[in-house]
Amino acid sequence: MTKQYTKKDFASDNEVRWCPGCGDYSILTAVQKTLPELGVPKEKFVFISGIGCSSRFPYYMNTYGFHTIHGRAPAIATGVKIANPDLSVWVITGDGDALSIGGNHILHALRRNVDINILLFNNEIYGLTKGQASPTTHYGQKTKSTPSGNPSRPVRPLHVALGSEATFIARTADVLMKHMQGVLKEAYYHNGGTFIEILQNCHIFNDGVFKNILDKKIRDDRIILLEDGKPMVFGANSDKGLRINALGKLEVVSLEEYSVDDLLVHDVKNPDPGIHFMLADMEPPEYPEAMGVIRAVKEPTFGEQIRHTMKVHAEQAATPNLEKLLYSGETWTVE
Amino acid sequence: MKSIVDAPDSLFQPNNHEKSVEEVDQVTIRFAGDSGDGMQLAGSRFTSTTALFGNELATLPDFPAEIRAPAGTVAGVSGYQIHFSKSSIHTPGDQPEVLVAMNPAALKANIKDLAPHGLIILNSDTFTEANLKKAGYESDPREDGSLQNFRVVEVPITKLTREALKDLDISDKDKDRCKNMFALGLSFWMFDRSLTPTLEWIEKKFASKPEIAKANTLALRAGYNFADTTELLPVHFKVEKAELEPGTYRNITGNEALSLGVIAAASLSKTGVFLGAYPITPASDILHYLARYTEYGISVFQAEDEIAAICAAIGASYAGSLGITATSGPGMALKSEALNLAVMAELPLVVVNVQRGGPSTGLPTKPEQADLFQAMYGRNGESPVAVVAARSPVDCFYKVLKAFQLAVKYMAPVVLLSDGYLANGSESWRLPKVSELDPIEVKYKQTLDNADKFYPYERDEKTLARPWVKPGTPGLEHRIGGLEKEDKTGNVSYDPENHEKMVHFRKEKIQRMKADIPKLEVLGTDNPSDVLLVGWGSSYGAIYDARERLAKEGIFVHQTHFDYINPMPSNAEEVLHSYKTVIVPELNLGQFAFILQGTFAKKVIPITQVKGQPFRVNTLVKRIKEILGK
Ligand code: SF4
Repeated sequence: MTKQYTKKDFASDNEVRWCPGCGDYSILTAVQKTLPELGVPKEKFVFISGIGCSSRFPYYMNTYGFHTIHGRAPAIATGVKIANPDLSVWVITGDGDALSIGGNHILHALRRNVDINILLFNNEIYGLTKGQASPTTHYGQKTKSTPSGNPSRPVRPLHVALGSEATFIARTADVLMKHMQGVLKEAYYHNGGTFIEILQNCHIFNDGVFKNILDKKIRDDRIILLEDGKPMVFGANSDKGLRINALGKLEVVSLEEYSVDDLLVHDVKNPDPGIHFMLADMEPPEYPEAMGVIRAVKEPTFGEQIRHTMKVHAEQAATPNLEKLLYSGETWTVE
Repeated sequence: MKSIVDAPDSLFQPNNHEKSVEEVDQVTIRFAGDSGDGMQLAGSRFTSTTALFGNELATLPDFPAEIRAPAGTVAGVSGYQIHFSKSSIHTPGDQPEVLVAMNPAALKANIKDLAPHGLIILNSDTFTEANLKKAGYESDPREDGSLQNFRVVEVPITKLTREALKDLDISDKDKDRCKNMFALGLSFWMFDRSLTPTLEWIEKKFASKPEIAKANTLALRAGYNFADTTELLPVHFKVEKAELEPGTYRNITGNEALSLGVIAAASLSKTGVFLGAYPITPASDILHYLARYTEYGISVFQAEDEIAAICAAIGASYAGSLGITATSGPGMALKSEALNLAVMAELPLVVVNVQRGGPSTGLPTKPEQADLFQAMYGRNGESPVAVVAARSPVDCFYKVLKAFQLAVKYMAPVVLLSDGYLANGSESWRLPKVSELDPIEVKYKQTLDNADKFYPYERDEKTLARPWVKPGTPGLEHRIGGLEKEDKTGNVSYDPENHEKMVHFRKEKIQRMKADIPKLEVLGTDNPSDVLLVGWGSSYGAIYDARERLAKEGIFVHQTHFDYINPMPSNAEEVLHSYKTVIVPELNLGQFAFILQGTFAKKVIPITQVKGQPFRVNTLVKRIKEILGK
């Protein structure tokens, strides 16, 4: 039987060195609280990160950890997972690490459905290098590297994941402690690659960037907590919902005008990514920001595929015999 | 007679008496044609037969960079050279003495390499005005006197092949495809070789296409019979069997040998090998080859790019597998940051660079040794890696095994340098018994062993290696990464004294490998000399032959060869300083010479060449003589 762990068991003795008030702290807490609930021996967890504030994460986990190089964590994690399928492999990355320098690896890790969990801490800025525009920084935003306004259009992380054929995408936020834990758990249980965008406040260089979504006072009207199989209701008084209108578009409706039966029912397993894309795309003020698991479909994992092809190959191939292999082909003997 | 070019002209005079057979010591023949003409195939069949006959041999294919360069142009010419002999051989031959040219472009592209008085067999059907123009000839070389230094035999190969296949119910295109078999049959007659191995091969190869098998068989025989009866070829040649060490042999290219070495590493270490690779010329064969042998415990991962290829291999090494990645120069450039991570994380990793001509995309299909500095120094910071170089196609097998042994024992990355010449060139290999191969000892740390705590950067006293722990091992959870490590604990540390200490540890660890590498051997010591030829990598054979040729002229020089460039063998300094003149031939602008001078404060004289071609023995002999004032 696996030992019953507590949060403390997952905390390393390294002093945590993020800025006071950084959203990373609560993500660390959520992870440390979730892992004990999974019933997995501690040594089976591996945290792999790239470069950035978020990528210091593995140092603070009392598990196996590898702080690697900028953008490449998904590629390294792929190697780890193929070499040892028994491990539970988690990639910790940020918006710069994953979507700028590491964009290619995110695409391929997801399209291959490598059975790893990618947590992208999205703070819409470069924190570690002190405040430059990132791939998710708003258009026109003034940052250290864009003093006259960011000329580049931002990319939305979940769009990238969907476009990469991810089998599991979800969104949560540093301030939604319980929600975060629920999403992390679902990611763990998903058989295949998972991609979770975690909205994270960079207290120093982009403070309050998610205020219009996550501020306590307005939050309930600005986010929708999606639940599989449930109609899409939201709002402080649960008085609003989402439906598909005659044009095939998502529409926020009042439950005074519509009944719950008119609303869209969330289906994470819907093979058609169209609705998932629309949900991921929603932004306040017109729409609530979608939180929770948006898509979770079943596809063979990369590991399963590799093992399957190796098995099929081995069945057809001769029994491995190094000596025979060396002496194969056209040989000749000199007496 | 030593060589065909020594044969008197009279032998080649058409006559109507009995054909003569002349014995020669060795032959270098090159098959050249359009890339669609099947010259690689003709070459490899000729090689096979020659190997089975019992000659020593070495081969070198030469193919265009473009897959389908315009037909009939010089850019589209594909060639295959075989050097075979009755005594030992170290190169695929300097200058062919026989050129089989299937079209004007093939003649144009290769004539400059042909030895004076060499024999040209050309397909006269292709010498039309249009083809001559495509090849860039202003006049017909057969008529303008430009071939007067050679012996030319014109054979209407296309016509004769069609004629031989006229009764077969296959397309003209398929008939024309058999031209290479006609040329091959003719060549077999020229060198008194049996058709049997090729006939058997055709039968097997085209078992499901009996008409095509028949066509190839008929063309092969037709070529042979034509040569046997025509007056154009009054003489043929014979190269006696070589005296080879008893054993079982096969012919093998460098890339094949390297791949087999990787498979052997998996068996000898009883540990899974993980290859991360991205397609790149001339290394891709390794990916293809290993993908066919996953049953030996090889995981093959075709990554999204060169960076992911090495990163996945590092991940696999971290997880306890033998990680390897194989690439060429441009890929190596992309991998340098990740290679540095392996240096810092002190993980075992083998990185193969099958060098090609550079810089940038350079000469993708041509060899060069110009990535030595890149291997040694191409990373930020003080970043030592072991650098090993293969000296021959067969040596690629042994060196990749050695690379794994060093990587695992010292927990460090090892760069193995091959090149396009070794990769595609072939030689005969006296096969080893598996029991003769050194094992690869893999030891993971599995428990705390009574220590209070686990220290991921605690070092083995002898090797300075840190422990290798597989994630999943209970009680040894730890974190590593690219930030500077504190000695022993592996915690992040910015302490100045600690950094200096760790930099020295990483350097010293590579130096300790000296204990596991053989000392330099000096060749040619039968006669005293104060001149030493120093080589590394694939120029071994050319330097060897140059030394022997000089000795025949009474000029005695010694030779040594560095298979290990970092660290260098323990007697390197002593050997170098015992000679007055040290000459370093290499296919770059003097990179190894620079390293030797810097390391040993010994003046050396470089011989450099950057033509995308291996050294010719002739060139080396000439330049060594110039240096020695002889
Ligand atoms: S810079 Fe921003 S993201 Fe980085 S630790 Fe500080 S608050 Fe957190």
